[in-house]
Amino acid sequence: MTMEPYLALLLLGVLPSEMWRWIGILVGRGLDEESEIILWVRAVATALVAAVVARIVLIPPGALAAVPLWVRLVALAGGVGAFYGIRRSAFAGVLVGEAILVIGMLAFGG
Amino acid sequence: MTAAETTPPRSTMQAFRDGLVAAWTSVFVLVLLGNYVGIGALAYEFGFSLNWMLLSTVLVWAAPAQVILISTLNTATLIEVALAVTLSSVRFLPMVVALLPMLKTKEGGPGRLVLPMHLTAISVWVEGMRLLPGRPAPERVPFYNGLGIGLLAAACLASVIGYVLAARLPTILAAALLFLTPMALLMSVSRNSKTLIDKLAFGFGLVVGPVLAAHKVGLDLMWTGLIAGTAAYVIHRIREAAR
Repeated sequence: MTMEPYLALLLLGVLPSEMWRWIGILVGRGLDEESEIILWVRAVATALVAAVVARIVLIPPGALAAVPLWVRLVALAGGVGAFYGIRRSAFAGVLVGEAILVIGMLAFGG
Repeated sequence: MTAAETTPPRSTMQAFRDGLVAAWTSVFVLVLLGNYVGIGALAYEFGFSLNWMLLSTVLVWAAPAQVILISTLNTATLIEVALAVTLSSVRFLPMVVALLPMLKTKEGGPGRLVLPMHLTAISVWVEGMRLLPGRPAPERVPFYNGLGIGLLAAACLASVIGYVLAARLPTILAAALLFLTPMALLMSVSRNSKTLIDKLAFGFGLVVGPVLAAHKVGLDLMWTGLIAGTAAYVIHRIREAAR
């Protein structure tokens, strides 16, 4: 599929994101943040972000494809482990995950 | 009128500056920088121009939506890209709804909320919800605008750095930059998943996503969201009912 990149940005990127912010203003206080529909919507959005993470790790773009799959998976798991192990620090999680990835590449080729 | 009310410009500017400072001293700025360095590198790998990538950061201002857009625009069908971005950004609806009461003041119509709502991304929202209650009501909109613009500026800078570096770095470091995106997304979601339903949705998504992708199911991102998200919701309902 091809589409002019700037047109695609507006129609497929900006519009589908921005519209929810506008609908949010319009709906205003009418919606309870803890309502059942919001809980479900949040769960769907969270699962979708998880699928995006999985896709980048399993079907990686460009240079990342040079890293063996198992190194990518170990790095991801190590990062999550560090996040929970080191006071739920996102910084520590990212750092450990990246370190495993780089060491894994140096040791097992890429 | 008190002295404070007769000099709103100074107070507004001060509140805006406070917001900028809060943005750059936030712990979120580090995750945001990592995420956007990754997005810059990703945009380079997928052949987008620097200007396109910057415009996407300013106008979309949603890291997951941008990652979907960048990584699927050349391979998926247009409808699949639009659906996936739409679903990934639904989270703005409850975020905006939760934020609005804090930004409501007597003066000013809904127009003054357009900028703060556009600036609402997960990082800005979390910091806003934490910091806004401590600010007087008239200062909240400018403070929040400062917070949002401060984090947006940091993201723009980071994405340019990622883009430029990805073009020049050896494979090993370019791979490390690209790996920042899934790591940072994973970290921000983990940090925001405090309830069982969020954790389940994320865990199920990690499993269901690859399964659907491996079977070459069309619209796999959307189906993963619906299947894994609904499963998490159903388990939550069953547990609630059992109580």
